[in-house]
Amino acid sequence: MGREYIDGSTAIVRGALDAGCTFFAGYPITPASSILMAMMRELPKVGGIAIQGEDEIASIGMCIGATLAGARAMTATSGPGISLYSENIGLAVMGEVPLVIVDVQRLGPATGGATTVSQGDVQFVRWGTAGGFPVIALAPSTVTESYWLTAKAFDLAERFRCPVFLLTDKELATTLTTVDAAAYPPVEVRARETGAGGAPYRYEPSDDVPPLHEFGRGAAVRFTGSTHDTGGYITKNLQTVDALNRHLSDKIEGHRDEIELVDADLEEGAVTLVLGFGVTGGAVRAAVAAARRGGVQVSGLVVHSLWPVPETAITRAMAGVRRVVVPELNLGLYRREIERLAGGREVVGVNRIDGELIDPAAIVEVLA
Amino acid sequence: MTVDVTPLHRYRNETPYPFCPGCGHGSILDKLGEALASLEIDPSGVVIVSDIGCAGLSDQYFDTSAFHGLHGRSITYATGIKLARPELTVIVIMGDGGTGIGGAHLINAARRNVGITVLVFNNLNFGMTGGQHSTTTPDGAVTSTTPGGNLEHPLDICGTVGVNGAGYVYRGTSFDADLPDRIAEAIRHPGFALLDVWELCTAYFVPANKFTRRDLNATIDRLGLSTGVLSSREVADYGTAYRAAFDATAGRTAPVLIPTTHASDLAAPVAIVVAGSAGTKVRSAARMVGEAAIRSGLWATQRDDYPVTVKTGHSLSEVVLSPSSITPGSAGVPGVALVLSEDGLHKVRSTLQSMGPETVVFTIPAFAGLETGARVEVIDPAAADTRIPKAQLALVLLAAMVSRLGLFPVEALREAAAAGAFSVENLAAIDAGVAL
Repeated sequence: MGREYIDGSTAIVRGALDAGCTFFAGYPITPASSILMAMMRELPKVGGIAIQGEDEIASIGMCIGATLAGARAMTATSGPGISLYSENIGLAVMGEVPLVIVDVQRLGPATGGATTVSQGDVQFVRWGTAGGFPVIALAPSTVTESYWLTAKAFDLAERFRCPVFLLTDKELATTLTTVDAAAYPPVEVRARETGAGGAPYRYEPSDDVPPLHEFGRGAAVRFTGSTHDTGGYITKNLQTVDALNRHLSDKIEGHRDEIELVDADLEEGAVTLVLGFGVTGGAVRAAVAAARRGGVQVSGLVVHSLWPVPETAITRAMAGVRRVVVPELNLGLYRREIERLAGGREVVGVNRIDGELIDPAAIVEVLA
Repeated sequence: MTVDVTPLHRYRNETPYPFCPGCGHGSILDKLGEALASLEIDPSGVVIVSDIGCAGLSDQYFDTSAFHGLHGRSITYATGIKLARPELTVIVIMGDGGTGIGGAHLINAARRNVGITVLVFNNLNFGMTGGQHSTTTPDGAVTSTTPGGNLEHPLDICGTVGVNGAGYVYRGTSFDADLPDRIAEAIRHPGFALLDVWELCTAYFVPANKFTRRDLNATIDRLGLSTGVLSSREVADYGTAYRAAFDATAGRTAPVLIPTTHASDLAAPVAIVVAGSAGTKVRSAARMVGEAAIRSGLWATQRDDYPVTVKTGHSLSEVVLSPSSITPGSAGVPGVALVLSEDGLHKVRSTLQSMGPETVVFTIPAFAGLETGARVEVIDPAAADTRIPKAQLALVLLAAMVSRLGLFPVEALREAAAAGAFSVENLAAIDAGVAL
């Protein structure tokens, strides 16, 4: 079949199109612009619509509107854009709107380093809107993972009717990589379950996800970002408010098993677990391989589903080890989730925030 | 003040309005109901996108579809809805507050001519949050945030969207008898239509300014603004224009597959850093080397570093060639470095110093004295048979590197160049590099 020389952004665009994406809106920002440009080029050729908004707020707003009118929507930006998405992320959570949001991380805060890699948004995407309700976030560590995890993001967005983040970064999105054309796994995205007529929302049982009522399917539909009853009318009824808010949490927290995704490389008798995600996942794999060549018994875990934290898989990977090493391109933002689960084990960070990648040798050094 | 709703029952529901006595909102909504009734559109095909504030409550009194989102963003949701499903009638109801916080969306929706209708309930202040001044509060007016009189000039909503391409623009008051007809006209217009409807806020603006119905028109006159249909031009709405501009059956761009046509003896990964200046084809030359390596059965990655500007400063490409599959990551100390310019040298100076005798640096005579532990191979482009343009220096040195280090067959590089753009120039550069 031959091989390709492509970057992660190209794989994300391909994954989105193969997942049935029909609408894209975005605003230019380094290092996410190539996704915008490719969608502007490719979507109209398959009957979809791509538009450059006047800003990030407009872009995500258009995506939310388009989804309610039957589209499968995606937007892509970087940290400063996620800051502007914040209020509409909340709207998508509250209105239960399926939406894929790509964050190509760059060094922050503020404009930070536009062309510089970082993993500084890992907590930000989780807590980036008011209210503290759960979202889902996936993180590829290779180009082929960028492809199928994008499709997975669309699938989970439909399943749970919520915004799903795809957290990548400048290096993974822009580094050209050789990929065997046969290495892309087939992707399957569930069909959207749509409803017409009757109440557009449902809170009982609280973890249940009702079908999406779209505009223009023959029945009037009410959508609101305000605290609402199942009919979409604003309410302050205590029982209804409680039921809505528990539902927004339970529909995700109650189905963690459907979301957990990790790439585990566990070794019997290992005393250390190296755990990473995103572009650092490559360094984790390289370091584990190098340490084993040096006779060190070590396990590796690359986390694909960052949020909710895949606690079952992480706990299983930690069984038997005395120490967990967590390399990240920040000062230990995801490490705190591991510390929470570590049960007294030593948790060590390998951290870099100068805009360069972590050398696998720096991880091996800690393993020796 | 409520008109007989019976003939409008398909649009207005039975719920009484929640607005203050004398507030203009109910009157405008009744007129919207009349307009919809006259158009006989299926209520489920009408989406009322309501902004925030008292006017934002409006959607609840209609049996149409409704979208109640965030403050100032109503136009963005309406745009998405209309683009995704053009057969829907999309009506935005926003207050004057929304024209401030959502001003950028207002201007750009007008400019794009998205086929939506925007009804601005302009009561000259923030009525829900305590009578604060808004973008349209007349100068001199007293509000809870302008106790000494408003010092800001009021926004001319109609003028703003009008000069920026809006298809239909109207200004009037909630008392205008022909408002239902104008609303219907606006809805029928294919492009962006806006109605700026001035009205009384009896809770705040009226008592604070002893403002009357007569003062609405007097203020419009004093500000030199006009009323009535201010603009109506034939424009295609954005969605229609978009669909007309593209062939929806063209199909996606196919992946470019690189065949394996040669073989390489490379036994272990090697990292090559190309350090030059932006705008001198560093990245494209490095890419050609990667493609040639892939043609030779190797696996390549290329990581670039550059400032945010495009044509100035440094341009660094780090190419890793490997006999087995590799993923993006840090390559550590490079095995080979190419130094092409002062910008590039500046970026890799410390890297060069950390390179040992098993590594090699290719450079031009100007940098022959660079500090490094690596073996230095100086290549003089002036010694070539033909003049080498500055923008081909990267490819010339890379071709020399491939040839001298035997990373893979030079023929693979020629094939990669022949398969891409500017093949004649690039093939000449490769030949020059090999000859040097």
